[in-house]
Amino acid sequence: MKRLTLRLGLLLVGFNLAVGLLTFFWTPHDPGAMIGGRLSPPSWTHWAGTDRLGRDFLSQVMVGARIALLVGAGATLLGGAVGISLGVLAAYARRGLDDAFAAALDILIAFPTLLLAMLVVAASETASLGTAILAIGLAMSAIIARLARILTKRVLAQDYVTAARCSGLSWARLTRTHVLPNILPTLAVALAAQFGLAVIAEASLSYLGLGAPPPNASWGTLLQQAQSTVHRAPIGVILPGLALVSLVLGINFLADGLRDLLDPEREGAE
Amino acid sequence: MSLLEVRDLKIRAGARRLVHGVGFSLGAGERLGLVGESGSGKSLIAMSLVGLLAPGLRAEGSVKLDGREVVGRPERDLTPLRGSLAAVVFQDPRAALDPLMRIGAQMAAPIRRRARREGLSLDARALKAEMIAALERVAISEPERILAAFPHEVSGGQRQRVAIAMALSCRPRLLIADEPTTALDVATQAEILDLLDRRIREEGLALLFISHDLPVVARIADRVVVMRRGEAVEEGPTARVFARPEHDYTRGLIAAARRLEQALEGGS
Repeated sequence: MKRLTLRLGLLLVGFNLAVGLLTFFWTPHDPGAMIGGRLSPPSWTHWAGTDRLGRDFLSQVMVGARIALLVGAGATLLGGAVGISLGVLAAYARRGLDDAFAAALDILIAFPTLLLAMLVVAASETASLGTAILAIGLAMSAIIARLARILTKRVLAQDYVTAARCSGLSWARLTRTHVLPNILPTLAVALAAQFGLAVIAEASLSYLGLGAPPPNASWGTLLQQAQSTVHRAPIGVILPGLALVSLVLGINFLADGLRDLLDPEREGAE
Repeated sequence: MSLLEVRDLKIRAGARRLVHGVGFSLGAGERLGLVGESGSGKSLIAMSLVGLLAPGLRAEGSVKLDGREVVGRPERDLTPLRGSLAAVVFQDPRAALDPLMRIGAQMAAPIRRRARREGLSLDARALKAEMIAALERVAISEPERILAAFPHEVSGGQRQRVAIAMALSCRPRLLIADEPTTALDVATQAEILDLLDRRIREEGLALLFISHDLPVVARIADRVVVMRRGEAVEEGPTARVFARPEHDYTRGLIAAARRLEQALEGGS
């Protein structure tokens, strides 16, 4: 059963990844070229029909996979790097500093991720793929930092850490040999879950017009554009919606499978 | 000059006093027992000796390790001081080793640090030989297997032996043992005590032995300090303190230990 979720997750994410990579080399049509009739239904030339500007819809949804994965992975990397560094450092800091940091994180986390991301986008001059990654990544880093801080504190409270410090282990080596290996499995699962949330956040930002600007065909943008013509061309809503669900569901399955695989509690239990 | 000189040591958490002005000294090769009930501040004293109090706790007064002041010293000055002078062994053998590292990898670290401190470089084979020798010194019968094992694959007694081997592999001059036998069964307890006794005698270490268990302390320590609610109520040679206790609290402790013994004997 556990293996099943992991496999299903790998399958769904792998499929999206393959499509996303494929778009670098090939799409059925140029996603930006207005080559068909407006809102033409699915046909042999345009498998998923065309949008209201006559662009091939399937090509756009395929490019959407690339954007979703790019922003999701970029934001997760950024959020993970910033969050883990800050969290571990905070756990080492003197008490007052650490308390202040924890309070600041709690305040940040109290803001909805999307709102925080919108603030970052609003503060930057133009919306682009980069700002979307930055916005979602920074919002995510608060959540990761809080988790990393707590996990690090738990490791630091262990006797073997005290014994190692007493035998002259430096902070840098302590981090590398004991802290990171013990906190990374849990963080990996949290990051995988955050990856799924980042994909949704990217679609939401794009839907609100705060994501990657046209001609980047983000799924959120596609959904927003198809909204007004949903009765004439329902596939314009169904296809990007399904794509989004398949990727996020796949990522969540993957996170679940990873948790079962990496859970240190279950592995270390006697 | 004594190896460890503690004078008027106070430990507080915010406004609350946990240890009020304790003092004792320990010369090279001496064995001091720190006795008292749970919460009397024994472990806090032990941690403050090496500057490893938990965050939020503050030590005041004076702790001199080999003539150098520990209290109030910044972390970076303490790190080199600790390795060469003092090592600790703790109560819980489950927490004594990193669950995600093979025992060999964990043992290698302090040995390498010591070699670097002494200006030596160890190749892989010398390192392994040294680890095996260290494990043999703590009476572990299959050192090769233990080195390749993860902590959860060996027994509690063996883990405690590994922890002792690691503590001794730094070649410290003072060993701080914080209830090292409390979490073990009686037979293993006796083995570990014998082992500690032998290693300390052979390597000429000073020992600070912390325990609530009077018979155990009587076996291993030459002198005892009896702690109660953060204060030292009595100090003296072990034999004298246990035979003719001067303080009421000490008398109470000894009577309680005796009653427990009688109850156990009567019941069996």
